[in-house]
Amino acid sequence: MSAIDYGERIPNNVDLAGDRALQRALEQWQPDYLAWWHEMGPEASSSLDVYLRTAISVEPSGWANFDYVKMPDYRWGIFLAPRDEARRIHFGEQAGDPAWQEVPGEHRANLRRIIVTQGDTEPASIEQQRHLGLTAPSLYDLRNLFQVNVEEGRHLWAMVYLLHRYFGRDGREEAAALLERRSGDGDNPRILGAFNERTPDWLAFFMFTYFTDRDGKFQLCALAESGFDPLARTTRFMLTEEAHHMFVGESGVARTLQRTAEVMRELGSDDPRAVREAGAIDLATIQRYLNFHYSVTIDLFGADVSSNAATFYSAGLKGRFEEGKRDDDHRLGGMTYRIVEAVDGRLAERDVPMLNALNEVLRDDFIRDSVAGIGRWNRVLEKNGVAARLVVPHKAFNRRIGSLAGVRVSPGGEVVDEQTWRLHERDWLPTADDRAFVASLMGRVVEPGRFAGWIAPPPVGVNRQPIDFAYVRFG
Amino acid sequence: MEAAVIVTADATVEAQKQHLIDPEICIRCNTCEETCPSDAITHDARNYVVDAAKCNACMACIGPCPTGAIDNWRIVARGAAHGVDAQLGWDVLPPDDAPATAPAVAATAGAVPAVAREPRGPGATVPPASAAHPQVNLHSPRAPARAIVAGNFRITAADAASDTRHIVLDFGATPFPVLEGQSIGIVPPGVDADGRAHVARRYSVSSPRDGERAGYNNVAITVKRVTADHGGRAAHGHCSNYLCDLAKGDAVDVIGPFGDTFLMPDDPAANLVMICTGTGSAPMRAMTERRRRLAHGEGAGRLMLFFGARSAAELPYFGPLTRLPRTFIDVNLAFSRTPGEPKRYVQDRMRERAVDLAALLADPRTHVYVCGLAGMEEGVLAALADAVRAAGRDWDEAWDSLRASGRLHFETY
Repeated sequence: MSAIDYGERIPNNVDLAGDRALQRALEQWQPDYLAWWHEMGPEASSSLDVYLRTAISVEPSGWANFDYVKMPDYRWGIFLAPRDEARRIHFGEQAGDPAWQEVPGEHRANLRRIIVTQGDTEPASIEQQRHLGLTAPSLYDLRNLFQVNVEEGRHLWAMVYLLHRYFGRDGREEAAALLERRSGDGDNPRILGAFNERTPDWLAFFMFTYFTDRDGKFQLCALAESGFDPLARTTRFMLTEEAHHMFVGESGVARTLQRTAEVMRELGSDDPRAVREAGAIDLATIQRYLNFHYSVTIDLFGADVSSNAATFYSAGLKGRFEEGKRDDDHRLGGMTYRIVEAVDGRLAERDVPMLNALNEVLRDDFIRDSVAGIGRWNRVLEKNGVAARLVVPHKAFNRRIGSLAGVRVSPGGEVVDEQTWRLHERDWLPTADDRAFVASLMGRVVEPGRFAGWIAPPPVGVNRQPIDFAYVRFG
Repeated sequence: MEAAVIVTADATVEAQKQHLIDPEICIRCNTCEETCPSDAITHDARNYVVDAAKCNACMACIGPCPTGAIDNWRIVARGAAHGVDAQLGWDVLPPDDAPATAPAVAATAGAVPAVAREPRGPGATVPPASAAHPQVNLHSPRAPARAIVAGNFRITAADAASDTRHIVLDFGATPFPVLEGQSIGIVPPGVDADGRAHVARRYSVSSPRDGERAGYNNVAITVKRVTADHGGRAAHGHCSNYLCDLAKGDAVDVIGPFGDTFLMPDDPAANLVMICTGTGSAPMRAMTERRRRLAHGEGAGRLMLFFGARSAAELPYFGPLTRLPRTFIDVNLAFSRTPGEPKRYVQDRMRERAVDLAALLADPRTHVYVCGLAGMEEGVLAALADAVRAAGRDWDEAWDSLRASGRLHFETY
């Protein structure tokens, strides 16, 4: 691998060509990465020419270079948002100090853990989605899936860069381990629960990119505030790509709803069975998918009371969403935050120290952002004259982490007993039958401009291209 | 915001092209707001919107938008742009055919620059193959570079109506590497009427990469004192007046450099066709000066310049330009306000030279640069197309080739 033309092969703004130690580390890691991509990346995709966006610089004009690329040849680059020499830590105990350009010894273990946890989600989602290409509802969607996949791959590169550049030998070992864990593997699973779930069909993929990639957005936003400047700059640039993933989710569900609403109008019926027989996904099933992905994703923010969260904040490692736009003292000592817990069979609110509740603060920011998008989905229904609306389940619904773990709560927010839960679970969460039905609709459509019957075409194409553009070419 | 003219049933109204975001397609990801160099994009819990008073249609937000929602434009009468508050309440965009004050858009609406409607924009999005690698964004608004004014010279005639200046900034020990075609941002000191820091203004550099004074760390810009708006009404350009009034030794805060596509080829055999008006001459002067200093003889590429101004007295760099040997650069001037003579625009001069122009455009080593007011784009493109077609070649093919190989660049404002 010594013949890599740095800069051309690996677009970067970190002076890779001038950093021999980093080159050696990446030269070791890169073949393993490609081997992992071939084994666990999108299935049967290596020979396809895909119309992809490649970032070649951090300038606005460099973010979006569109061309046909074979995915194993994708130029996974390393980009940090431009450095602000005057940047200072703006929260926690060390607020006001210059931002760190190297890892402070006392925060080394925590920073490594934060980076590894973030990095682990990137290859995990590629693994979860690896079979979806075989059932894409159109070339447009197939291309969007692959764009998400290569960008998750680039995010892995970004985290591996930090591990290699700033964490020496342990960093290299952690980078290698990121390629060894496997989503859903019993012996060596991915670190976070939601990243070991399967993404079996395209409705699940759209829900995943809407909700779970939005968790990614909020985590990246919190890390983009970090006092460790290279982490802040790396994650800030990653956010530009994360936005595309949420677009795929939001527009994918909106187009599914559009088609469902059209079918309901044609049938003059809202009977789920009739909708299914007409080849669209009924609203009740979409609602159950939403309930599942929403509840699994809000678990990703961690326990509602967490001393780790307090430590990360006070140490200046991980801030809040839009930390710089908040007008409190950015230390939070003496402040409180209200969390929800179950007491005596009822949900009750309790004030806890804000510092310990920062996971909950971030979760609530996420919830506000998610709810706004669901409002836009409902406008699709409204425009099509459908009276039904999608709703967000209560945040205590179906939780596995934190003080609400294991408490049986209905989507409406009532604590219920085990028997009631069992009775209604099939109305609240996707059933095996739902998944089998959705799977039965999944068939690959490869004719340019054609779309599977369960989803409407998008309003605009990618990069101003027409809808019937050959977004993927089969060699 | 760009100027244009729309015609109503009974009167000619000055119009502007307003940039809007489609609330039905936007996913509220904040990428545009993060990208906008003019802070023109803002949001509430419902919508992301563009403030028409701040947007200068620099297009920096277009590529990064993941949805395509960003790329919407409406022609509205000047002064009747959709306000921020109105946009925040929208669920859908207003119809394309109903400007805010509802004047009918007549045939001359074609005068609106085509930049936003072209499938890929009129110019290339990649630099020339042999361009040097540019440095960008070295100095941010939060940490600008400090430069000292080394000179401030009027370059339009003393009796000309317009006051255009050649300002030389010295960066001392602060690194500020620029290439011909790049721009820098000037941050005027103080705050505006609302108590906010002034927005930086961008200026193309008019000196070559080795400095206005070769070997020193200095950069020249070309600044026209703004005393009237596009409609001719009195207007005080805060940044341009600040710059034009600077004295030697004054300190200036500078950000950038910016731009990674409007760059000159390093191949000495490459031909340059340069088309500009007014202070759009800045990058052309930089490229011309770069070539002049290299002083290549045999085998050097040709330079052809089309340069428009209202009169010779208002033509920046008129004196030095006319002293350059014809063998070095083929200069074609167009004056639109010479008393007793018909108005002539750069595209008229291009049509007169169509045969020579077509011969140059047939050469794959020819690079075309256009800089000036946005209104010139369409006329220039039409003149280029006619020249190529008159030579019996397909313009769409030639245009695609120019764009794909980074040989056609626009910098308009």
